[in-house]
Amino acid sequence: MNTMTATAELIRESQSTTWTSVCEASDLIPDTGVCALVNKQQIAIFYSGRLNEYFAIGNYDPVGEANVLSRGILGSIGDHVVVASPLYKQHFNLRTGECLEKPEHAVPTYAVRIYDGRVQVHA
Amino acid sequence: MKQRIIVVGNGMVGHKFIDGLLNSNAAADYEIVTFSEEPRLAYDRVKLSYYFAGSTVQDLMLTSETEYQARGVHYTLNDKVVSIDTASNQVTTASGRTESYDKLVLATGSYPFVPPVPGKDQPHCLVYRTIEDLEAITASASVSKVGVVVGGGLLGLEAANALKNLGLQTHVVEFAPRLMAVQLDEGGGQLLRRKIEALGVNVHTEKNTKEIVAGETCRYRMNFADGSFLETDLILFSAGIRPQDELARQCGLAVGERGGIVINNSCQTSVDNVYAIGECALWDNRIFGLVAPGYQMAKVAVAHITGGTDQFTGADMSTKLKLLGVDVASIGDAQGRTPGSQSYVFSDGVAEVYKRLIVSADGKKLLGAVLVGDVEAYGTLQQICVNHMDLPDAPEQLILPAVEGGGVTMGVDALPDTAQICSCYDVTKGAICCSVQNGVTTLSGLKDATKASTGCGGCAALVKQVMDSELVKLGVEVSNNICEHFAHTRQELADIVRVKKIRTFDELLDQHGKGLGCEICKPAVASILASYWNEYVLKPEHMGLQDTNDIFLGNMQKDGTYSIVPRIAGGEITPDKLIVLGEVAKEFNLYTKITGGQRIDLFGAQLHQLPTIWKKLIDAGFETGHAYGKSVRTVKSCVGSTWCRYGVLDSVGMAIAIENRYKGLRAPHKLKFAVSGCTRECAEAQSKDIGVIATENGWNLYVCGNGGMRPRHADLFATGLDDDTLIKYIDRVLMFYIRTADRLQRTSVWLENLEGGLAYLKKVVIEDKLGIAQDLEDEMTSNIANYQCEWKTTIEDPQKLKRFSHFINSAARDDNLAYVIERDQPRPATSEERALKIPLIELVEN
Repeated sequence: MNTMTATAELIRESQSTTWTSVCEASDLIPDTGVCALVNKQQIAIFYSGRLNEYFAIGNYDPVGEANVLSRGILGSIGDHVVVASPLYKQHFNLRTGECLEKPEHAVPTYAVRIYDGRVQVHA
Repeated sequence: MKQRIIVVGNGMVGHKFIDGLLNSNAAADYEIVTFSEEPRLAYDRVKLSYYFAGSTVQDLMLTSETEYQARGVHYTLNDKVVSIDTASNQVTTASGRTESYDKLVLATGSYPFVPPVPGKDQPHCLVYRTIEDLEAITASASVSKVGVVVGGGLLGLEAANALKNLGLQTHVVEFAPRLMAVQLDEGGGQLLRRKIEALGVNVHTEKNTKEIVAGETCRYRMNFADGSFLETDLILFSAGIRPQDELARQCGLAVGERGGIVINNSCQTSVDNVYAIGECALWDNRIFGLVAPGYQMAKVAVAHITGGTDQFTGADMSTKLKLLGVDVASIGDAQGRTPGSQSYVFSDGVAEVYKRLIVSADGKKLLGAVLVGDVEAYGTLQQICVNHMDLPDAPEQLILPAVEGGGVTMGVDALPDTAQICSCYDVTKGAICCSVQNGVTTLSGLKDATKASTGCGGCAALVKQVMDSELVKLGVEVSNNICEHFAHTRQELADIVRVKKIRTFDELLDQHGKGLGCEICKPAVASILASYWNEYVLKPEHMGLQDTNDIFLGNMQKDGTYSIVPRIAGGEITPDKLIVLGEVAKEFNLYTKITGGQRIDLFGAQLHQLPTIWKKLIDAGFETGHAYGKSVRTVKSCVGSTWCRYGVLDSVGMAIAIENRYKGLRAPHKLKFAVSGCTRECAEAQSKDIGVIATENGWNLYVCGNGGMRPRHADLFATGLDDDTLIKYIDRVLMFYIRTADRLQRTSVWLENLEGGLAYLKKVVIEDKLGIAQDLEDEMTSNIANYQCEWKTTIEDPQKLKRFSHFINSAARDDNLAYVIERDQPRPATSEERALKIPLIELVEN
């Protein structure tokens, strides 16, 4: 098991740059999400093929109380780009983290970029 | 001092009275005492036939002892009031109890009329009124092959449906020259007969039963006055009802010449403080054998007792119902008995539709109508009739098909606010509109708010029309669009995909939609694309359209873990395989439960564990159970002739053969099967999409049943089949369903919407009316040849395995998972348990 080494590398990298590389850009299938572990935080990262845009929010669904948002379906409600939780289908705004149905629940958002062919998160 | 009200009889109407009194503003002024001779409180007698379709007694109950206790109603079951003393205001029960009253309400109902035929009192000669009667019918049917219903009225035909569903060869014997003689005219009665006979029920009219004697081929022989006879094992009398007025007679209340307790417009009997309501009451020399007028009487009696002014002034006896799958409706003066009345008749022999309008001599008012085969116009016609609305200039358009320039509906806007839309619960158009104005926008919301359409349900379409029309007036758009991204229904999208040969979601969205799509349209389009172009659903361009269950080939549970459901065909499993399941569950600390489909679910598998677990299971000979897909789930079976003393055929062997044949088959919705080894039906095959029951003559095939949220009894499709014919028919039925059903449409709803219904399906499958039987079989053969265990394919492909990790950049597991042990097994910890740090178990690191 090489978990320890991998985590250690990640921490070193984040300390040196504040941007953390999590995977190759080609690892993200358009209109799907993945979950990355950055500084012990679970971050859901999405790539919208239609918008050619990357998004990163917390992976924890505060309504369903589980780490599942990266496995939701990407879409839009009105002008909001959203992910629907795979548990109870509430929509979370990918730009603001706000839950459309239950505004009292919000998830954190993170900056995300492509750098040298790699997906990087600022967390 | 509270007034004491005794209600004799706790049927539908008696309960309605109690409920009404308790809901009135003056409820606190009354103490209510009720007696029932039946062993339970009020239940829904109108839905009695649902009992045979799988409803339990509990489903039929209108109230409960707990509710009565909570509301302070004193009730006594199994004890009948046997005498009334109107001078001293007291009643005495069979058990000898005496109770006094201030007001007495008789809601004793009616009893089934059994004609005085010699031999009528033998065993297996039954009636159809109470739950106990239904239990007796079920018991008798299990030892009978042929059943006869005496009486071809509304209840008789319902009873015939019950016998047919119990698997009996069914006959209806009617004294009058036609079926439903009270509600239908001759043309309607004839068509109803043709349709019912086409369903396999034999109809005998103008038969006067002379005697019931011992039979030769069956238990009994019924001899008729015209010299003919009929052999049968079971006789069900349903020849009308008689008011239960014995108590009233005995204490000297006025009763009608032909029975019934005489009441006035306030529902009072000849003694002022004694009321009679429901089927025991006689108003204007008429008995009302429907529940809606009974409810009206209950309401009037409550009003009179509490000082209101409501009057009972007769009731609309219009009815709409489905008898043996045939739609029938009767409105007002259906037989045109009003002097000078005229008729419009529309009759389509091919489509088997009959409609007749009876209009006044001047042609301006609608007096009545008969509809058989197509009752869509019922709501409109009934409203025109009871509200005495003016007919349009060409009234025939109300019953002509749309292509002939007809199909005109008056439009609910024409109805007055006082128009009664739901007669069971007396809900007016005004009340519905008011609810909508207060923010109700769905049919279910409306049902909660007004109770409209929660009785017999006959008014559902009309209620929806009133609601939609009111929503439009309020500026709310009424839309059947699948979601905000497509201005189309699901079916329209399917047509567009097929006709324009669209291959991807993006292409469809570019040409016909807007926005990015959502969790509603994406999976729907994915399933449309898969069914037309048969592409691998997890190709990169389709991946983002799928629900997590489809991507990870498991069902996501509330904490984000998945369930593992290996196929256990027919529920048969070797000890070795059971041990493997146990070992795997133990190794990965999974919660195990046996399902209703006779297999074993393992819960709590984390994403990264799924491939390892499945590899172990596949190595031990298991394969995926497709529990996550719209496909064949399970074939439940009883143990059958190999072990069971009563088994007739090898149900387990057949169940395994069927499950292995159709496993992996993608369908518009999930499919469940069952095979029973004899007619005791331990596998509950009649609640399944495909049900097979062994008989001494071969397999009986049932189709399109359903359990779950909206249960439906399966229809008997064919009898006495050999193995090959059985499989051939199932192939054809399934493929025809897959080809013609809407997305997410269960077989039950599909059959109900299929034009021509069961008879048509039989023609297609058994007689090959469309000449497509071979195609259907070939398509099934090719489908079967393409079967693959998706989990086997997945674990053999390193590329696919990459997805199965909680993190893309770490092999760590989700640290939010927490479990407690309950009954020796893990389950997700609740938030309270997490907060209180109740000892959580350590997750194994694998």
